[in-house]
Amino acid sequence: MTESSIVAPRRGVPIWAQIIIWVFLVGLLAIVAAGLRRAQQGTVQPGQVIKNFTLPLYSGYDLGGKSEIHLEDLRGKVVVINFWASWCKPCEQEAAEMQQAWTEYEPTGKVVFLGVDYVDTEPEARVYLKKFGITYTNGPDLATRISQYFRIKGVPETYFVDQDGVLQYVQIGPFTSIDQIRAQIDPLLKQRD
Amino acid sequence: MKAIYNSQSLRITDHYEVSLRNKLFLATLFALSLGFIANFTASAQGPTPTDDEVNRIAKQLYCPVCESTPLDVCPTEACRQWRDLIRTMLSDGKSEAEIKQYFVEQYGARVLAEPPNRLVAYLVPAVAILLGALLLFRGFRMWMKPSITEAGAVKPDAKPSQDPYVARLEEELKKRK
Repeated sequence: MTESSIVAPRRGVPIWAQIIIWVFLVGLLAIVAAGLRRAQQGTVQPGQVIKNFTLPLYSGYDLGGKSEIHLEDLRGKVVVINFWASWCKPCEQEAAEMQQAWTEYEPTGKVVFLGVDYVDTEPEARVYLKKFGITYTNGPDLATRISQYFRIKGVPETYFVDQDGVLQYVQIGPFTSIDQIRAQIDPLLKQRD
Repeated sequence: MKAIYNSQSLRITDHYEVSLRNKLFLATLFALSLGFIANFTASAQGPTPTDDEVNRIAKQLYCPVCESTPLDVCPTEACRQWRDLIRTMLSDGKSEAEIKQYFVEQYGARVLAEPPNRLVAYLVPAVAILLGALLLFRGFRMWMKPSITEAGAVKPDAKPSQDPYVARLEEELKKRK
């Protein structure tokens, strides 16, 4: 065969296009895998340092006159983060215990309770807070950013963060007695005394 | 005495009637005032929105608690509260866009039934699919018709070779056929 008899080779899919396709496919698989992993992961786990978040506060439920609170400003204190909603019936079961616990620990100045109101409307939330005489800091979970970070599965859920910002315990569902709350806070206070 | 009594009685009755008239007048005035205030308040808030007006907005929203269920048909307490809030906001004169914006700010963009940036949301997948289809088509075509060079063939209209060795080889092959 001479050179003139050879047909010029046909060009396949250009290399740049192949790279794009593979990157796209791998990216798509990574997104699906991340979604599946996240769905199976459950809530944030004890031992994890909780990253900073900002909670805007309902007026009348502020902390030291601040209209919003940053978690990192509470380092050095035990922080009890309680996710709740006015439409949540199980939340009502623990409302009195939570408030009673707050009344006990507030004078120490070493514990802060944060009520994070999940997917709620403010008028209904205020009715709920008034009904159960709740006085500790409370605010809405704007755009559900905080609950998404904690990967909550429902309400109520309560997270106990120690003085160094490390999550120590997660309570899924309502507390049935104040002793359950004390059992999580007291050891954290004692380890610093 | 009787007369005096009668006159007193009359006076008392007159006084009673006047008093009654005054009370009636005051009551009417009070009722009119209330009506005026109610009317003024109602005109400031607007008429109470109908369920259809509420649901027109509600069906464009999804509560994060009840995924895959539009707000207008969701039976949960959370969704009922949201519908009440829409009704209140409509009464306050808020527009559909303002209400949806409020819900996005409060609960995130995922509450919207349709993505906020429609052009990008609909265009990007369509372009990606078309591009993918085009690349696949081209890839398959190449696969189905492999390069002639790779198959070792020659052009059908190729001129007879000038190489004597090749020419002889071709002749031998023709004879064998």
